[in-house]
Amino acid sequence: MSLPFLLEIGTEEIPDWMIVPALNNLQDMFQALLDQHALGGRVTTVDATPRRLVLRAEGLLDRQADVEELVMGPSKTAGAGAATGFAKKMGTTPDQLATHSTAKGEYFAFAKRTQGQLTEAVLARELPNLILKIQWPKTMVWNGKGTERFIRPIRWLVALLGDAVVPFEIGGVKSGNKTTGHRVLGKPSIPVTIQNFSQQLTANGVILSAAERRDKIELGMAELLASKPLRIKPDPDLLHTLVYITEFPTPILGSFDRSYLDLPHEVLVTVMRHHQKYLSVEDSDGKLAPYFIAVMNTNADPDGLVRQGNERVLRARFNDARFFWDQDQKKALTARIEDLKTVTFQAKLGSYFDKTQRVVEIVKGLAGNERAALLAKCDLTTDMVKEFTDLQGIVGGLYARAQGEPEEVARAIYDHYKPLSMEDDIPSTPAGRILSLADKWDTLVECFKVGMTPTGSRDPFGLRRAAQGLVRIVVEGKVKFDFPGMSPELSEFVRDRVEYYFRDVRGFAYDELRACMAAGWNDLIDLEARLLRVKAIRTTPDFEPIAASFKRIKNILKQAAFFNSNALDVNLIEAGPEQDLYFETRRTRGQPLESRIGPLRPKIDLFFDKVLVNAPDSKVRLNRLTLLQGLLAEFSEIADFSEIVTERQS
Amino acid sequence: MSTGLSFQETVLRLKQYWSERGCIIQEPYDVEVGAGTMAPETFLRVLGPRPYNVAYVQPSRRPADGRYGENPNRLYKHQQLQVILKPSPADVIDLYLGSLQAIGIDLGKHDIKFEEDNWEAPTLGAWGIGWQVMLDGMEISQFTYFQQCGGFDLDLVPAELTYGLERIVAFLQNVDSVYDITWTPGFRYSDVRLKDEQQFSKYNFELADVGMLWQLFDLHEKECQRLIKISGVVLPAYDQVLKCSHIFNLLDSRGAISVTERVGVIGRVRRLALGVAEAWMKEIAPKSEAVA
Repeated sequence: MSLPFLLEIGTEEIPDWMIVPALNNLQDMFQALLDQHALGGRVTTVDATPRRLVLRAEGLLDRQADVEELVMGPSKTAGAGAATGFAKKMGTTPDQLATHSTAKGEYFAFAKRTQGQLTEAVLARELPNLILKIQWPKTMVWNGKGTERFIRPIRWLVALLGDAVVPFEIGGVKSGNKTTGHRVLGKPSIPVTIQNFSQQLTANGVILSAAERRDKIELGMAELLASKPLRIKPDPDLLHTLVYITEFPTPILGSFDRSYLDLPHEVLVTVMRHHQKYLSVEDSDGKLAPYFIAVMNTNADPDGLVRQGNERVLRARFNDARFFWDQDQKKALTARIEDLKTVTFQAKLGSYFDKTQRVVEIVKGLAGNERAALLAKCDLTTDMVKEFTDLQGIVGGLYARAQGEPEEVARAIYDHYKPLSMEDDIPSTPAGRILSLADKWDTLVECFKVGMTPTGSRDPFGLRRAAQGLVRIVVEGKVKFDFPGMSPELSEFVRDRVEYYFRDVRGFAYDELRACMAAGWNDLIDLEARLLRVKAIRTTPDFEPIAASFKRIKNILKQAAFFNSNALDVNLIEAGPEQDLYFETRRTRGQPLESRIGPLRPKIDLFFDKVLVNAPDSKVRLNRLTLLQGLLAEFSEIADFSEIVTERQS
Repeated sequence: MSTGLSFQETVLRLKQYWSERGCIIQEPYDVEVGAGTMAPETFLRVLGPRPYNVAYVQPSRRPADGRYGENPNRLYKHQQLQVILKPSPADVIDLYLGSLQAIGIDLGKHDIKFEEDNWEAPTLGAWGIGWQVMLDGMEISQFTYFQQCGGFDLDLVPAELTYGLERIVAFLQNVDSVYDITWTPGFRYSDVRLKDEQQFSKYNFELADVGMLWQLFDLHEKECQRLIKISGVVLPAYDQVLKCSHIFNLLDSRGAISVTERVGVIGRVRRLALGVAEAWMKEIAPKSEAVA
């Protein structure tokens, strides 16, 4: 018999950003449970709202198949006593034992039959553990010290196998067939079956499917704006959040006074997005319009109270922002440099004043804009940034511009936290790139100096992101920077980030990357150029054979423990393949790698075919090794080709 | 235009509501605190295995938040209605939503959301898991399941509900400034409280004698350390912690605490708070054994 299964874990509101990973984890663990216990069946869907995680599976057996296994007992020579003991252990009598012949003789054996368990019983036993094993970033207790932990309190459980409840209990909550509706739109206790579960939820104000909630929001927004020359500023992350903080989302359109548009739009958007979770609206020219979209967790706003409430909250926020802007202008950024002494950078690393001094020095060394560096952190002392911390840098840039600083300075400050993620752009101007780079470099160097290094997944100071941003700025912004004076730990850390960037972001093959980095990586612009060359010549027919030859040369030199700084003695070179190789090397010297590979390859092949490197005459032998060493060295300026994985090798 | 309940009617109804649900109704604690959590009714009572349900209004002083009465939403002293339900009942969120209806919020006409907001007070060795409760886009309450207090894992997990009274009432009365709130017909919030805001902002930012404050800090710290060692005076010892904490806030608003000092001073308050919590646990330990 094949049965469907439904599990609903009912909780209090789970943080939106944790829901999808938890669902995936639940799905994987449940499928593993089915497989491990041979219950048949596949998970068909998982879905969630802030108050429920739901999993459905189909095709479960109603019980496990019986299993028969042959259990080997004592040797027949061990006698009757041993047989009785074994039979007792197997829960049977000696006459039921069989004989099993092996190379070592005859043994007692018993065909033990284990009856399959009811699926319901297996699930009832395993589900509490499985549910409590779902991984969350942070868990809590709600029943008291030492009790079960979950992301938020579990308040109800639905577990149905076919028509039957799978009975279990977590923290005093018994599983059953009753779900709970929306807090306001639904009933608190609703009997359900697997078949009518979704319909019952819908009837009680819960749209279970995240995709449907997203559609409802998007359609609703389109309707709200249909008659207006306005459009939503796309924001997939915020939309995702809104989908997962609602059970029944309904968008509404609100507006604010046009006069607030005088404030920097960055500030307006940040207030709307980060503080109020509103989507911004723009006109057909892409300019911010005095409207916003809020998404309610209910079905309607009959008296317009929700819209008015949201508008009032936004007005207060915008008034704050305007107040901060006016207050902050009373003290120019220049006058705030001293104040940075009271702003801690890191407890062990002193203040932002100290950091600023260091960053100015780095920027100076890179011929960047020192004034931008001097003022870059001053916005940390402004009310605006204290209130809207996400706007650090941006506010500094806006204030610099308002206070008549040169555009280059303002733009560099504005951009200097960029890139904030892999998707974010690097700073848009050379001065901004140098400033951002210097800021990040200082953070890395100083944190490593006092041992504040990332461990495992913990990176409280965001050093990985800083290093990643730095690598991108150097490569994509073409900033000449040679990573001076790195400690071995920092060097390894940066190296990892360089590898990650070129391999995972840029898609270079790992062996090409290793080969090119082996020839040096302090100059990342050069490294990128070499990677591109190696990637291009790799597709040419002569490349793999020549790479294999280099591997061979390297091995030969290694086995001979050879290192010779003497010049090649031309007189010792034998006519024939050795001389041909020598001449060809000399003839093509100075040409780019790309045009040397073709002519050199047959000469190298022939050399290895016909010439004995380990010549009996040691002078000749050493001379030949010198020839090979020279050849290897010339090519190794680009990459260590012996790192390339070749057909011949694998 | 005033549509909602008056300020004092709102407070009275919330007290009535929680009283009917078995809470002790306490009066505000009479030592300066920065939040309702710091009153001993919360900080000490959440410790240990005895159930306790209590509600009280707590005027909360935050010197650095003062704006001379000029900012419509920021106050040096605001009022919180603090509810502790220990242990938290399974229907605690429904109870909370019921309290909103009790003060005239028709949930069918508004939008309520629970958004992640975990709470942490390092100076009290306390943290919890919970939400900020949003009504039509405005934060009206903090809802926290306490996990640890005074450095101790809590035997029973209390739910702490903190209502920001000025915000809620301004919202319900549809006014843009807290000073325009109707306290009771004929009296606005500004009639009752504006002078405090003006005068204390002046004192906190400009006049408080920094030298004297440092001396007081040292004195209260010493007194606390002395009392912690004596049995049976945990509550007086805790008052000393509150004094130190408030003086720290005053010094901070005077800009008298440098970056390097700051961590150290916070550490001193924290050590006192943890010491008191430990003493309290010792004091209540025999009773809890008797219960068990």
